[in-house]
Amino acid sequence: MKLMKSKKLIAAAAVMMMAMYAPGAVNAADTIKFGIAGPHSGDLASYGLPSVNAAKLVIDKVNAKGGINGKKIEMLIEDDVCKPEIATNTATKLVSEGVQVVLGHICSGATVAAMPIYRDAKILVMSPSATTDPLTLSGEYPNFFRTIAPNAAQSPTMADFAVNKLGLTKIAVIHDKGDYGKPLAEGAKKAVEDGGKGKVVLFEGITPGAVDYSAIVQKIKQSGAEAVIFGGYHPEASKIVSMMKKKRLKTEFISDDGVKDDTFIKVAGKDAEGVYAVGPEDVTSNKMSIAAKEEHKAAFKSDPGAFFDGAYAATTAMVNAIEKAGSTDLEALKKVLQSEKVETPVGNINFDEKGDAVGVGYSMYQVQGGKFVVVK
Amino acid sequence: MDYFIELFLGGITRGAIYALIALGYTMVYGIIGLINFAHGEIYMIGAFTSFIVATVLSIYGFPLLAIVLIAGVAAVIWSSAYGYTVEKIAYKPLRHAPRLSPLISAIGMSVFLQNYVLLAQTSDFLPFPELIPEFAFMEPVAHIIGSSDIIILITTAVIMIILTVVIKFTRVGKAMRATAQDRTMAMLVGINVNRIISATFIIGSALAAIGGLLIASHVGQINFYIGFLAGIKAFTAAVLGGIGSIPGAVLGSLVLGLTESFATGYVSSDYEDVFAFSLLVLILIFKPSGLLGKAETKKV
Repeated sequence: MKLMKSKKLIAAAAVMMMAMYAPGAVNAADTIKFGIAGPHSGDLASYGLPSVNAAKLVIDKVNAKGGINGKKIEMLIEDDVCKPEIATNTATKLVSEGVQVVLGHICSGATVAAMPIYRDAKILVMSPSATTDPLTLSGEYPNFFRTIAPNAAQSPTMADFAVNKLGLTKIAVIHDKGDYGKPLAEGAKKAVEDGGKGKVVLFEGITPGAVDYSAIVQKIKQSGAEAVIFGGYHPEASKIVSMMKKKRLKTEFISDDGVKDDTFIKVAGKDAEGVYAVGPEDVTSNKMSIAAKEEHKAAFKSDPGAFFDGAYAATTAMVNAIEKAGSTDLEALKKVLQSEKVETPVGNINFDEKGDAVGVGYSMYQVQGGKFVVVK
Repeated sequence: MDYFIELFLGGITRGAIYALIALGYTMVYGIIGLINFAHGEIYMIGAFTSFIVATVLSIYGFPLLAIVLIAGVAAVIWSSAYGYTVEKIAYKPLRHAPRLSPLISAIGMSVFLQNYVLLAQTSDFLPFPELIPEFAFMEPVAHIIGSSDIIILITTAVIMIILTVVIKFTRVGKAMRATAQDRTMAMLVGINVNRIISATFIIGSALAAIGGLLIASHVGQINFYIGFLAGIKAFTAAVLGGIGSIPGAVLGSLVLGLTESFATGYVSSDYEDVFAFSLLVLILIFKPSGLLGKAETKKV
């Protein structure tokens, strides 16, 4: 008996010893692992890096206050170069490192590729920028949320602007054949045709990265289009816009938020003047957005880039949800996200049951004097 | 008819752009039988060099012509240095290895140079200054053909003629042809084969640099990836025309450019590449050595 007892004691002591040696390990498990995925290098890095900065700003503030419910947030940053085939690796790596929530991905194609991995691991994912419709509207990804409106809302904005606001009837719709641009263009085509007033005179896909777009520009001219609606990213948009100016076309150019990026203005230069682009709703008068920009300037000595507000909002919403839910369990987080409003740079938002932010939409911008200005 | 002419000129310009790069591919292949996949990257480095030099010079307020000349010369020297070094590091040690080895080495070099520029410079798209101005006298036809189109066409034609003359009539050219025909024999008659191969790489790289400057100015933007995409098309054009043949590279480029232009204009730009590569397959089926290529006789 005695022996047994002492054995128990030894066991207890051993457990205590282990417990004493464990603090490091306990601490590590006691952080909230916050994944950040997006293009951080490569030609689309300018879409991804602002999100990293936004998350850093929010998380550093939370950590400075002692974290959430006593747990610090640890950031795990992974690059997906905006490529679907790499995004699956990125997601697998983050999941194996034990992330509990993920900010990202940035590009639609990469996000679609990565989502099944997060879904199987029951991890909450929130993107500031992936706009492709199926992510929320298909209902396939119950763990996906976003702080940007889906494409489905972008296409009618472009079509409506061209037909009703500018009063143009002959529309050419061009896209880059990609996961992002093509559905957008198809949506715009449908919206123009359904509107009844306008007519789609040309609908075509171009090859991204080609040295020269003179043939398609001539074709636009031949079609007699008064406006071009382009679904795609800024490198192709700036080449087409420059070529249109070279060929002396007076056609209006209307595009999506893949073009509403300062890099577009920088690259296209004076040819960018007058180009219209849809972008996330104007938040320049939102107090929290102004404060966030100031924080960014103080911390990084530069202006924030694309999707900064959305990423700041997503991080804020997720941090808030973890705090209110008291865990990182997907169902608990979803409940908070869907039921409670949170103040963010993109407005006072909550999310619908599909995962889209309620009250977040698009505005139309035009390049005027080297800047995107909201068109009223 | 106007539409046809516009598409035709657009296609010719596109072809001339491919040709500027394809000439370098075809020269190297003609002399040492290696497909230099890093050639597209040399072109990209030429574009970056001229971008940097032109930007600096324009800050100091140099006149445009001086900027173009100095940037062009700088790009030629810098790219040639890269071409020379790439050959020495990646291809020369493999000269007696099986044919596949230098090919893989070339692909490796291409990936290396892309990522080197990505890391050393930037991943962003950069706005390339308009080094070819819009000539006032071109204004009446500007909607059909631009000033930069004309300059590219003329440059391509001039380079093709100079290259042909150099290879046909100069000592270096003769040595090059001798090296191409039989390297061992060329060595036996006293040709410094290593030096001739270096010269080939330097000339090819210089052409790529000129292409880099002109094309970047025409397109208006550069990033580290432009060499790869343009290289693939230029390579296709070189094969189409008969790789190893200089007029063939130009002809192949023009055929490819025109095919793409007309495919976009009369069918759909969705099928641009489908038409371009179908044409390549067809030509290679009926004329495996390309349009102007010589049928290779296997030495036993």
